[in-house]
Amino acid sequence: MSLNMFIQHFINALGLGALYGLIAVGYTMVYGILRLINFAHGDIFMLGAYFVFFATIQYKLPWGVGVVIAIAGATIVGLLVDRIAYRPLRSAPRISALISAIGVSFFLENLAVVVFTGMPRAVVQPDWLMRPIPLGPLGAIRLIPLALMVPIVSFVLVGGLLWIVYKTKPGLAMRSISHDIETTRLMGVSVDRIIALTFALGSALAALAGIMWALRYPRVEPFMGIFPGFKAFIAAVFGGIGSIPGAMVGGLTLGFVEIMSIAFFPNMSGYKDAFAFILLIVILLVKPTGLMGEKMEEKI
Amino acid sequence: MKIRNSVLTFLAVAALGYFLWWAPLNLDGYMLRIINLIAINAILGLSLNLIYGMAGMFSLGHAGFMAVGAYVSALLILTSEQKVKMWILEPIAPWLLNLHTSFIVSLVLAGLAAALVGWLISLPVLRLGGDYLGIATLGFSEIIRILIVNLTPLTNGSLGLKGIPAHTNLWMSYGCLLATLFFMIRLMKSNFGNVLRAVRDDEIAARTMGIDTFRVRVLAFTLGCFGGGVGGALMGNLITTIDPKMFMITQTYSLLMIVVVGGLGSITGSVLGSVLVTTMLEWLRFVENPINFGGIQIPGIPGMRMVIFSVLLIAVIIFRREGIMGTREFSWNWFFPKKAAHEAKGAVGE
Amino acid sequence: MSAGAEQNLNFNDILLEIKNVTLRFGGLVAVSELSMKVPRGAIVGLIGPNGAGKTTVFNVVTGFYKPTEGVVEFDGKKLTGLKPHKVCAAGLARTFQNIRLFYNETVLENVMIGAYVRQKGAWWQNIIPFSFPGAAKEERDIRSASLELLARLGLDSQADAVSMSLPYGAQRRLEIARALATKPKFLLLDEPAAGMNPQESQELLEFIHRLRDEFDLTILLIEHDMKVVMGVCEYIWVLDRGALIAEGPPEVIKASPKVIEAYLGKEGLVAEASEEVSHV
Repeated sequence: MSLNMFIQHFINALGLGALYGLIAVGYTMVYGILRLINFAHGDIFMLGAYFVFFATIQYKLPWGVGVVIAIAGATIVGLLVDRIAYRPLRSAPRISALISAIGVSFFLENLAVVVFTGMPRAVVQPDWLMRPIPLGPLGAIRLIPLALMVPIVSFVLVGGLLWIVYKTKPGLAMRSISHDIETTRLMGVSVDRIIALTFALGSALAALAGIMWALRYPRVEPFMGIFPGFKAFIAAVFGGIGSIPGAMVGGLTLGFVEIMSIAFFPNMSGYKDAFAFILLIVILLVKPTGLMGEKMEEKI
Repeated sequence: MKIRNSVLTFLAVAALGYFLWWAPLNLDGYMLRIINLIAINAILGLSLNLIYGMAGMFSLGHAGFMAVGAYVSALLILTSEQKVKMWILEPIAPWLLNLHTSFIVSLVLAGLAAALVGWLISLPVLRLGGDYLGIATLGFSEIIRILIVNLTPLTNGSLGLKGIPAHTNLWMSYGCLLATLFFMIRLMKSNFGNVLRAVRDDEIAARTMGIDTFRVRVLAFTLGCFGGGVGGALMGNLITTIDPKMFMITQTYSLLMIVVVGGLGSITGSVLGSVLVTTMLEWLRFVENPINFGGIQIPGIPGMRMVIFSVLLIAVIIFRREGIMGTREFSWNWFFPKKAAHEAKGAVGE
Repeated sequence: MSAGAEQNLNFNDILLEIKNVTLRFGGLVAVSELSMKVPRGAIVGLIGPNGAGKTTVFNVVTGFYKPTEGVVEFDGKKLTGLKPHKVCAAGLARTFQNIRLFYNETVLENVMIGAYVRQKGAWWQNIIPFSFPGAAKEERDIRSASLELLARLGLDSQADAVSMSLPYGAQRRLEIARALATKPKFLLLDEPAAGMNPQESQELLEFIHRLRDEFDLTILLIEHDMKVVMGVCEYIWVLDRGALIAEGPPEVIKASPKVIEAYLGKEGLVAEASEEVSHV
């Protein structure tokens, strides 16, 4: 493999991993607070991609406007999902909420089939994202701006999220809820609002991931969220569920495993979707708390 | 009391027998298929309920075990000529070409193969609890599917298998259902049934009471996988074509719906759930077909069926979490309320 | 009551021995160099202020925690390293501070689950009727023995009630009945008097004595209620912050200045008061 090829793969893996990380952050925040695998998260990601598709390609709006619409739309859906399908189950056994989440995921996917039809649609990539720019000595390496934009935007977004979680009051409330929801409630924090905020933030990030995903693999379809969703959840578990930097590390690990294993062993490409699950099972067996997770023990 | 209930059970089975004799003579193929599906889904629902409802393991892997069963059975009953014709991408593995058994044997082997896979998976995975277990089993189910797609010499890859002889008939499917019911009722009424529920309800207390909870779980999981394999095999022989797409997570969701709607941990519930969910899924097909309202043509809406289905799943979980039956079971004493109120619990089929 | 019972103490016949056990969680020392010898047939107590590590000792003995150092021996055999279910099979049964019944099961089923550890027939032998008469008989015997056990503990009238529906005191007794169904030689009771009023505590004293005599048991109990401890225990160990600070018969413990300081002193009294509040 030439150096040039390797760098292409490297950037590619960085982009894919950053996107996994961006989705994983939403899983990890919700799980950290509610101990709920938000199965619908991957479908919020799908909706984000669809919204931007319709805004920019169907209705010819500028990309900037499309992105804002997509974020707003996905955030609203995320909030509605929490309000309608999860909040009534806060005091129910955790598995009930999980089944509800499965139902919501199923619902959003099929609603997308009904509304958008099941046909995949091609996304037209804007020219300025696709024009290769020469880099390195003598311009030996040519990269498209999109390939660089995806990881950069993702890292900036996660940086912003970390700032919110660690430097603002609502962020403090979030961390407090994840330690002890009842005590936080007694402290006078409006727990439901903070949870809603968590869903809103997670959904907005998922929508942005969806937009970048749609630009990378230029198409959208109703079931596009399932596999990235699973893999991002795996990334969250890998990094240690509840930890935002962990989710990013997990996402990058997964991105690199997936891209590099295919780059070096092309005949394994049929199994690429299995890698993530194998990684999950290995990490759960070796270190169930993930790389950066905290240990939780049941009191006897 | 016991004699009365035994007589009633015998009469009920006889009535079912009469129905099974009557139905093929009087109902069309579509109806028969639905009636068959009800039995198969009930078997699958019961086997998932054993894992999830009775032993408390949240497994999302049932579609994978069904796939194992369906493929094993189909590969064992397809003729050599059919196999040669079907494998067009890559030739079939030579040892598989002439492997052939009868349908019944293939059913048992399908169950055993799924149980073996389930057992192997359970050893690492059952050390996990709760929703992690769900994700890990889901992952294994996907891995099974990916293997089926990629191991073309064994499975014919994504093309699937066609022309499987339609061995599944009402006698077969309901015979298997009765056997499953008998097994489940006896199992749950024995002290081991109590132990299963104990492991589900409080693992720490169960371990303190000398129960090897891991072993019990592995056993229940493996038994459930056996049922999944048999159900998958019956399904393949009913529909006569199988391909990897049939065994996606959607398949597991509908089984989950059966178990949840019926009532977690209730044998009666899974059977009722199967009747309801199967007929509803069929009935909902009408929303996807064009409807003619007195000359006005309403086009069908693809995907609508599953939208309604998922809304119902969410509604059941939010408004009636315990499902139809909760953990209760059917008992003949329901029809004789005053005499035997204290015997009501767990008197299924006696 | 305890004066006569003291003759039971025979330190030449040890049933349970904790040898130099230390348990650390990371940097935290939960139990430090604890040694205890429990004579066969005795009723003994483990006391100490909140957070002293009493329940942790139970968890070490019953196999939920593996000690960092030291061993636990039972009837001359090493217990350390055995899984909880093996510990139970070896003859140790316990109850929990906050009762842990199988709440969805009936009273009788709870006891039958306890008896399962001694059941010899395999699970599948009861599936096909009439094929394994031995296994079927064993199950019938377990049922009748469980009913008999419930009768001895005065719970037989509620045998078919769901255990969740029992009043608090009856739940405590059922937890003991379930433990007895495992046919133990040694019973560990974690705060059996918690949540009881003085009269119930008084009845408990007699009940514990009866248990020991009728079921041929050795009993180790953790208790906050000093009346119960002093009234029933023939020998007492006092734990403070994971370390043993005193041991001896009740009279010695009552008089020990160290114990008074750690447990009955200012802080101890406050702790006890808050205990009482939390139990109301």
